[in-house]
Amino acid sequence: MGTADVEAVWRIESARIVAALTRFTGDFGLAEDAAQEAVAEALVSWPLASPANPAGWLMATARRRAIDAIRRRTALQDRYALLAADLAVDSAVDEEADPDKIDDDVLALMFVSCHPVLSPEARVALTLRVVGGLSSEEIARAFLVPVPTVQARITRGKKTIAAAGVPFELPPAAERRERLGGVLSVLYVIFTEGSTATSGDRLLRPDVAYEAIRLARTLAALQPDEPEVHGLLALCELTAARFPARTGPDGSPVLLDEQDRRRWDFSAIRRGLVALAKASTRGLGPYGLQAAIAATHASAPSVEATDWDRIVVLYEALGRVAPSPVVELNRAVAVAMASGPAQALTIVDELIASDRLPGSHLIPTVRGELLARLGRRPEARAELELAARLCANQRERSVLLRKAAALS
Amino acid sequence: MPKYLLIMRGTDESNAAMMADIDEMMATTRQFIEGMVKAGVLLAAEGLDDPAQGVVVDFSGEAPVVTDGPYGETKELFGGFFLLDVASKQEAVEWAKRVPAAPGSKIEVRRVPGSDEVPQVGE
Repeated sequence: MGTADVEAVWRIESARIVAALTRFTGDFGLAEDAAQEAVAEALVSWPLASPANPAGWLMATARRRAIDAIRRRTALQDRYALLAADLAVDSAVDEEADPDKIDDDVLALMFVSCHPVLSPEARVALTLRVVGGLSSEEIARAFLVPVPTVQARITRGKKTIAAAGVPFELPPAAERRERLGGVLSVLYVIFTEGSTATSGDRLLRPDVAYEAIRLARTLAALQPDEPEVHGLLALCELTAARFPARTGPDGSPVLLDEQDRRRWDFSAIRRGLVALAKASTRGLGPYGLQAAIAATHASAPSVEATDWDRIVVLYEALGRVAPSPVVELNRAVAVAMASGPAQALTIVDELIASDRLPGSHLIPTVRGELLARLGRRPEARAELELAARLCANQRERSVLLRKAAALS
Repeated sequence: MPKYLLIMRGTDESNAAMMADIDEMMATTRQFIEGMVKAGVLLAAEGLDDPAQGVVVDFSGEAPVVTDGPYGETKELFGGFFLLDVASKQEAVEWAKRVPAAPGSKIEVRRVPGSDEVPQVGE
């Protein structure tokens, strides 16, 4: 067995092992360290001799490393605590057999990894590492940051969890919904990094988006009665369905109106629509509404034949439950399609007047498009050039400059 | 991301072994499927009926010829599948190793190319 085989087993087992060890040691940081030691040992020993039961091997080794760590810690202190911990950790493997318990523990692990005491970067890194089973190197590659940065985020995150005394448990009922929202937003941040890379020379990184979708599927399986979990999953599936059409052969972005819809991934659309139906049981939340918008696009044969009135209504609803300048801007785009550019320009100018999206390339991008449609070419060109200056993604920037040049 | 199809190939012997303890087999399969759902990797899974109940449509001649019964002389017949959305080929293989398959059966692991890898109509 090679490195890739060890990584494959770890992808499957990581969450269950760290969850079981955290449950029985009561120490998230210790559990994660012990699990990482087990993986490091597997990388050395499996290529020489493959274990008959790789998953069991990892669990048993991680358990031993956890016991070692507790022994070192308690060497000069309380021997009774050591005994108790030893027994508890010993039973961890047996307890693992109870599927309901391990489900709750994996869920608790997601809540701890996305805990509000952590910095947003630490939440992302811990979730991918602990729940997703990614290595620091893989996380670093996903977020285009150096490996030591990821390692520092994880180390600091674990210290923060310990210092804050975050308990390993499902949040109490009163906090549950809000904390779940926190988990969803971490998954969405990961997805967004893959679907619109904030930096770098590639527009899409489907492998990063895949991690978010996979985690969302896990969460949907563990929290089947939470509509917004299905809403997020639907949004991710429906957005990812367009990936094959979103870049040209040279990697340049292809906008919605120019996409070859035959390239959309229809099985992903179908999965997205199934998830959206599950999200719709009690009225849509912010993710469900965004998914409904994506679904409207997904079921339209062309831009012209899209139900833009419905999209305007959905953006209005989204603006009520989750007001944001970006939603407002998207509403303007939909209004332009449904009722013409003049009305849309009013919305955009109101946004500029309120200065709620300063420094973003999105406003001048949309304003430039609207002005171009109104035939105000010199103004349109100036807006698109401004947008290009503000845009951090090289691929998007070159599209903006091309459009600006076409207006002269 | 790569999708993989785990194709179950049973023999008469392995199918008989499976049917001998069908309740146990159903329970472990259900548990296995649940595990894949919770890992966020399962896209689809189906099991097929007895190959003897099948029909083969043969396009060797000018017009399709329909015959009853199993497909050709193949010893290992397609009996069901799992469609997985996994991080790597190794992960697909790791899941395949965990399938509660009856002794004597085989699992073929095949990659499903993404829609951006298949030549498009009209190009």
